[in-house]
Amino acid sequence: MTPDLMKAGAQIRLEHEKKLAASAGLSGGRAASYGRVHEPGSLDLAHGAILYLDDITVSFDGFKALNALSLSISAGELRCIIGPNGAGKTTMMDVITGKTRPDLGKAYFGSTIDLLRLRENDIASIGIGRKFQKPTVFEQLSVFENLELALKADRGVRASMWFRLNGEQLDRIGEMLTLIHLKDSAQRTAGLLSHGQKQWLEIGMLLMQDPKLLLLDEPVAGMTDEETERTAELFLSLEGNHSLVVVEHDMKFIGELTQGKAHKKVTVLHEGSVLAEGSLADVQANEKVVEVYLGR
Amino acid sequence: MSAVLPLPTSPGPTRLLGVKAWTGVFAALLAVAVLVPVLNLVVPEGSAFHLSDYAVALVGKIMCYAICALAMDLIWGYTGILSLGHGVFFALGGYAMGMYLMRQIGTDGQYKSEMPDFMVFLNWKAFPWHWALSDSFVAQMLLVVLVPGLLAFVFGFFAFRSRIKGVYFSIITQALTFAAMLLFFRNETGFGGNNGFTDFKRILGTPIATSGMRMLLFVITGCTLIGFFVFARWLVNSKFGRVLQAIRDAESRVMFTGYDPLRYKLTIWVISAVMCGIAGALYVPQVGIINPGEMSPAASIEIAIWAAVGGRGTLIGPIVGAFFVNGAKSWFTQVVPEFWLYFLGALFIAVTLFLPNGIIGLLRRGKKEKAA
Repeated sequence: MTPDLMKAGAQIRLEHEKKLAASAGLSGGRAASYGRVHEPGSLDLAHGAILYLDDITVSFDGFKALNALSLSISAGELRCIIGPNGAGKTTMMDVITGKTRPDLGKAYFGSTIDLLRLRENDIASIGIGRKFQKPTVFEQLSVFENLELALKADRGVRASMWFRLNGEQLDRIGEMLTLIHLKDSAQRTAGLLSHGQKQWLEIGMLLMQDPKLLLLDEPVAGMTDEETERTAELFLSLEGNHSLVVVEHDMKFIGELTQGKAHKKVTVLHEGSVLAEGSLADVQANEKVVEVYLGR
Repeated sequence: MSAVLPLPTSPGPTRLLGVKAWTGVFAALLAVAVLVPVLNLVVPEGSAFHLSDYAVALVGKIMCYAICALAMDLIWGYTGILSLGHGVFFALGGYAMGMYLMRQIGTDGQYKSEMPDFMVFLNWKAFPWHWALSDSFVAQMLLVVLVPGLLAFVFGFFAFRSRIKGVYFSIITQALTFAAMLLFFRNETGFGGNNGFTDFKRILGTPIATSGMRMLLFVITGCTLIGFFVFARWLVNSKFGRVLQAIRDAESRVMFTGYDPLRYKLTIWVISAVMCGIAGALYVPQVGIINPGEMSPAASIEIAIWAAVGGRGTLIGPIVGAFFVNGAKSWFTQVVPEFWLYFLGALFIAVTLFLPNGIIGLLRRGKKEKAA
């Protein structure tokens, strides 16, 4: 760039700024529609996506568990993710929840919160709940106490020391106990519950936190058919108010979740990246997917 | 889910202690603060009801141990973190108290010097820097709390932040107390080397070896133990205590529920260490000696044994365990000294095999069977 060009450019810029200054109103001279009030740390959903993963790569000793994975989940969406063993489904959840740091890539919650800068407990606090593959509840505590700990409240040490349940919170726990069909087991030690009941308790604990995004890793593993059906109903009732990402092997369950709604997306992961995305029927008809699943 | 449903359950344990337990606490207070002093000081020596000075000293000492066992229960029984280095906090509290007691000797030592005998012996002319406050009772009492607390905070912060868990944590705490012991064994460290501190004469200007002073220390120790018990009970009954148990059961779930386990672990770890430090400070004037032996790995392991024998995660259990094991120890070492270690070994095996919940677990099981 020659000096005279730079000069000319500077001149244009100066004039432009003068014009701006002359027209400056309360919005600081910018078009008012550009400015949105946004509190730092709060979830910004103005662009429609609640979760945005871009180019995430994770390798363990040279093995790429995630290979340039990009994925976007809309606010209020229920997204099913399937994939053969080792496709990177659990690693993806680890990245989102802060358990694993990726080598490369970006992960955003809403448009503004960079998940890669936060620790596990902070990520949970801003509204991402996670259910593990193996049901993980506090086995020595009662069902009631499990829900009480999960209840949305100040997580600080001192606040916990002086914490007292108020009536509203008691009601909330009572509602949850009914919702997860554990009302009669409220005082039972969680370790004594059946596998399916533990799954439900864990889901209940997630919901107590009032998360905006729920990550559910094989939520119906070990459940009876009836329990599976009820779980599908529960998830469908959450859709809209919450965003859900369900990782599952059980195609029947996924069928129930996506039933009658062709626009509902299913994502197929394979070898750490997205192989296919679309409605369940599309995905099942996809040749690449068939190949991966059936090994043809 | 629009209708508000009636609550199906009680809101969990909100009461600090039941009626029975409160009665027990007050009975213990009465025994410690009234009964024992009367039996020891007022009832004449010939009487069958007289409590000997020896018994008072023994119980006083065991109560200090019981505080340690209680502290161990908070960190091991409730949070699932086995520390095999709690002796170091106990000893640091003891040393802080010991330094003050050494200064109280004044010029009554062997060498008739203002300096403690061991410093004269080492030909030191001035007090090392860490003895600067040793003349002040208040300052040293603050150090009793601050030194173990600060060490625990720094050590705990790095250990918990690095997510060191389980047996690795236990080994590191063991190394910590061992390293501290080696440090305190050295004369240059300024803590009297392997002899430690002894020959105390006074506390707050009053002679320390009188029966009145001994009784006062006994009463303070007893009240401290009972106070700590109620405090620990409050802690574990709060939501804080339930988070600790949750960390013990499933730490990752605690994290993904939004709690920062580091803060919780660090808090209870420091509380536990400070309790041990205070126990050490109460122990030294009653026993009349503190030396690096208190930091030996075996001493720290013993604290864990008391807690295991009594019953982990029960608060009262470790106190019972401390009394049971140390009572047995003092009986054995008098009557059949050569069998003590065999007994301790057998006890540990028996508890591990047959009493996973310790003595308290056995008692509770008995009660349940009776009720059934």
